[in-house]
Amino acid sequence: MKPRERLADAVRVAAKSGEPALVAFLTAGYPSAARFREHLLAVAAGSDVIEIGVPFTDPMADGVTIQRSSQAALKQGVSLKWILGELRAMQRPSTPLVLMSYLNPLLQYGYDRLAVDAAAAGVCGFIVPDLPFDEGAELRTALNAEGIALVQMVTPVTTAARLTEVCAASEGFVYAVTMTGITGRNVAVPEEVLAYLARVKAASTAPVCAGFGIRSREQVERFRGHVDGVIVGSALVEVLERGEDVTVWLRALRGR
Amino acid sequence: MNAQPKFSDGERKQLLDAETDGRFPDPRGRFGPYGGRYVPETLIPALDRLEAGMREHLHRDDFQAELADQLTNWVGRPTALSYAPRLSAAWGAHIWFKREDLAHTGAHKINNALGQALLAQRLGARRIVAETGAGQHGVASAAACARLGLPCIVYMGAIDMERQAPNVGRMRLMGAEVVPVTGGDQTLRAAIDEALRDWVSDPMETFYLLGSAVGPHPYPYLVRELQAVIGREARAQFLQRHGSLPDAVFACVGGGSNSIGMFHAFIPDRNVAIIGIEAGGRGPGLGENAASLSYGRPGVLQGCYSLLLQDDDGQIHETDSISAGLDYPGVGPEHALLHTAGRVRYESATDAEALAALQECSRLEGILPALETAHALHGAKRWAKDHPGKHALLCMSGRGDKDMPTLQRTLLGSGA
Repeated sequence: MKPRERLADAVRVAAKSGEPALVAFLTAGYPSAARFREHLLAVAAGSDVIEIGVPFTDPMADGVTIQRSSQAALKQGVSLKWILGELRAMQRPSTPLVLMSYLNPLLQYGYDRLAVDAAAAGVCGFIVPDLPFDEGAELRTALNAEGIALVQMVTPVTTAARLTEVCAASEGFVYAVTMTGITGRNVAVPEEVLAYLARVKAASTAPVCAGFGIRSREQVERFRGHVDGVIVGSALVEVLERGEDVTVWLRALRGR
Repeated sequence: MNAQPKFSDGERKQLLDAETDGRFPDPRGRFGPYGGRYVPETLIPALDRLEAGMREHLHRDDFQAELADQLTNWVGRPTALSYAPRLSAAWGAHIWFKREDLAHTGAHKINNALGQALLAQRLGARRIVAETGAGQHGVASAAACARLGLPCIVYMGAIDMERQAPNVGRMRLMGAEVVPVTGGDQTLRAAIDEALRDWVSDPMETFYLLGSAVGPHPYPYLVRELQAVIGREARAQFLQRHGSLPDAVFACVGGGSNSIGMFHAFIPDRNVAIIGIEAGGRGPGLGENAASLSYGRPGVLQGCYSLLLQDDDGQIHETDSISAGLDYPGVGPEHALLHTAGRVRYESATDAEALAALQECSRLEGILPALETAHALHGAKRWAKDHPGKHALLCMSGRGDKDMPTLQRTLLGSGA
């Protein structure tokens, strides 16, 4: 199975339980570069897909939590090269790994070399928040050569025609942004968001995961049955930041 | 797109021909390899609407008539063309100034702010957000929004708020809300990040009034179109006064709005040398300056592919310049193109050189230029040495009153 198929499969299989699959985000090397492997394994044990944030100096789609975690990780010398090195060296979890990175670090690494090195590090997909669908052809081609997914994002303001096009092109899963805004804000889930998610589901062959602003069990329950998975980021980063028990927190989020 | 592009002489010539013929930006929003739209998906519909609205209104007669009326009767255009007799005597070449410092609010920024605010009004925007570095774009945005009755929120780095304190007060007096940005580098770049975050949160009702010729398409084009009035006027005024074109044209380059506005009319005039001056800060090392064309490499920042000051991992580097308005690690994509195509020569001036040029211009011409502009002055001075008797036309992009806190600490503090 190609890496991108493993990714889609993990979401689908988890969603069969009736609960949405859990995609769990952590900023690589935050709060501690020395404990990255340990944190990754702890998060992996309680989730279905792991999204690893590559820190960037200008995270324009992110709220204060991920801005803070990115800055702190950069100060500890965390880079894309370091992350891929850690993943290659460690006993990796079976949970599929996705890298979330702004475009410039990927561009400077070199797309072709990136695809090869990411495949060697067990990476199944990439999420690139400042790479809209129209600009993504080159990276998509390079990643596809190694069977790696380029996950596309859609938002509540994406037009109907574009939604169809972007969902059809998304690999691994479709990242349905739940609101206009940046990551980390706690949001209610009004009816129109569920209606929008139904439109995304209808347009997608890949599984659909909802993300941005998901922090509580209550929200996860609201999304149940409407999406294949939920993505939790800033809230989990804050749990790690406070040094709390990740396993307990993730279990509570999943209602287990 | 590539992090290490190479161009043959033939490719450079093709790029220059396309630029000269007005074929850039292309339908994908690119100036040759540079430009594009690298933004979160949430902003794509907003950029599409902006582009459609811009194409509908910007070149229509009624919009241009309204813009021209405001530029004449409120901004005070056309701005003067001044010959600088004593600087010319001191430097050896004839120095001329296009006086954007005489435009309302004291800098060229008003040309763009007014034009975009008029466009925002036609597009039905409910609120305006803007970023500012030196504070000049913030002041211009606050003024234009006050003039048109639009609510205005300005993001400004905390460091810039301190070094450009007079402008913060001006914005507030004109009714704008000034929001300090304490994240990131606390200067222009962090302010743009924060303005983008605001816009992402309300892309349908908010209009982002971007102040420089940077960012995602169509901003570099829109800002250039609104600033091109500088070069059009200057070229016509110079021809009328002197009878022929200048030998060289100068402007300072940060993001690159006054410079692209000044340069654009002269691009087809192949006998006119065009020289852009970047902020050389304390020196040529990474982190010591803000000269992205002189020292940068291609990459993507804040919506566009251009030349950037960055490290090998693609992390954007902090910059250093005495001038807040030039203190930015990137540059507009059209400048990157003009650099690659070889049409514009980009040089830099250090903090110390800019201060010295500011002092000379103030004493000899009775014009206190902005610190940004002072970089261009140094460039003209350097050029004058090798071109005695030739004519240099310089964009006096802004007045220096806003820089008094910095000048108190430097030129005046050291007993000059």
